Amino acid sequence: MNTAGERQPLPLEVEELTKAFKVKAPRRSRGGWRRQRRARAALAGVSFNVHPGEIYGVLGANGSGKSTLVRILSTLLLPDEGSVRVFGYDAVKEAASVRPLLNRVSVDPSFFKPMSAMENLQFFGRVYGLSGPEVRRASVAILERLGLDGEHAREPMLHLSRGQQQKVAVARAFLSAPRLLLLDEPTTGLDPRSKREVQSFVAEARRDRGVTILLTTHDMSEAEQLCDRVGFLSAGKLVAEGTPVELRKMVAAGRPLDEVGMEDVFIELTGRSIEEDEEEEAG
Amino acid sequence: MTIAAVQLTRQPRRVALGWAFFERQANLWKRFWAWEVVWLLYGLVNTLSITFIANEAAKSGAVSHAEQPRLTMFLLIGTLVWAYLSAVLEDMSLTIMWERWEGTIEHTLMSPVPRVVHLVGMSVFGVLHAFVRTSLVLACSLPFFHLELAGANWVAAAVIVIVGSASLVGLGILAAILPMLYPERGEQMSYMVQALVLLVSGVYYSVNVLPNWLQVASYVSPATYLLRGIRDVLLNHAGFDSEAGLIGTLAIFGAVLVPLSLIAFGFAERWAKKTGRLKRQG
Repeated sequence: MNTAGERQPLPLEVEELTKAFKVKAPRRSRGGWRRQRRARAALAGVSFNVHPGEIYGVLGANGSGKSTLVRILSTLLLPDEGSVRVFGYDAVKEAASVRPLLNRVSVDPSFFKPMSAMENLQFFGRVYGLSGPEVRRASVAILERLGLDGEHAREPMLHLSRGQQQKVAVARAFLSAPRLLLLDEPTTGLDPRSKREVQSFVAEARRDRGVTILLTTHDMSEAEQLCDRVGFLSAGKLVAEGTPVELRKMVAAGRPLDEVGMEDVFIELTGRSIEEDEEEEAG
Repeated sequence: MTIAAVQLTRQPRRVALGWAFFERQANLWKRFWAWEVVWLLYGLVNTLSITFIANEAAKSGAVSHAEQPRLTMFLLIGTLVWAYLSAVLEDMSLTIMWERWEGTIEHTLMSPVPRVVHLVGMSVFGVLHAFVRTSLVLACSLPFFHLELAGANWVAAAVIVIVGSASLVGLGILAAILPMLYPERGEQMSYMVQALVLLVSGVYYSVNVLPNWLQVASYVSPATYLLRGIRDVLLNHAGFDSEAGLIGTLAIFGAVLVPLSLIAFGFAERWAKKTGRLKRQG
């Protein structure tokens, strides 16, 4: 564990993170039986820190490297170069120490769909070391706060709507009381009401529990509303970082700040639109 | 005490962590009870249709009527052991496959459960599940045949099954690696492993009827010894004395295969993390 000096380790320190995937090159001729592979960079020297209790937003279009970043932070993907430290622990070499400290909500609320929400939460709570009664108590409290009643919690997940499933995914992530929460586009595809409920729960969790959050999104208003600082990820590189106001100032060029939208800032600083639907990233 | 405090102040008990996987599999099994009935009926029909070959053999004169009960028992043991073995292998290969289908693989593998505990939890469920299903097939099959079971050594058979199950778990963990390494073809590849075990282990025939080069392969399949041991104690009424060597061989298979498969799983998981293969599929 990093104990240099008296400094408390930060919740998240990312340094020069690099990851490339080998992808098959397009077949051009009938000559060879084996297609060549080429490396495609998903992350290229990404560095940033997240401070205690902060909500740090990573904004980028599809394929910009957001999910690759979250997978590396989740100890599910090994970087080619660079380092990630979670509360001082190296996410590669000390993954076993990192895992109890974090949890994640992904864009797709993945569950054992034939099982009920409670049965799923029971499993995912137990693998974080909670007992059955502890999981039940905490699940009921979180689900009620998110507006999901006990009847829904006992139904098979496949009977629940996308929004309800995502609420269960949020409950799963908070169940283990993580100190660092990774939210990978948690509100994508939700109806406006569910989106608001999830966003307000996230803000409340930060306020009441002091949990540190890394949020990836391509929703500019969500980033502005929730994040203390934002980093723009484009083609695997962090091209700009700052508070929403600081980022606006970078591109305002004399215009009043309220006339500069985050969308304009993103286009100006990355050279591309947030909606640009790039090739699905390999990671 | 808050949940956070509880979590930070205690080391999760490994048995409780392993129980999570057993409980989850049991919950899934409850939801798929109709499939379980289908597999039970399939197992029964498969057992009957293969074991009735003994009746045909006697009727056509291929074996004498005096030899028919022995052939019936030989085939019955083969089908039941195969049902048991394939159920263990299938449950173990679902360790990765099912999680890929549901998309939960990332959430499970990022949780702070040691992989050994994860796999032991899955193995215990797999072995018990296979044992219950095979016992039910046996119970339903017995009324169809006139078998002389008086001299059968059931205790020795149970010991052989228990000792042999460790090596089957090892094979199952190795089979579970394939869907991790090959997200699209791993499932079919794990069926190929089962098919090879079926071919070389003497499930429906003695291994000495195989060509010499295949007989060599039969020596490295723990199922060969499991089948031979169970046939010895149930058909030939052998005791522990004469089976000690075989039980020892099965124990050595288990002692080698289980750690070897865990190490291989660790390497495969690392490789999957390096190449980005721990993702949802399907």
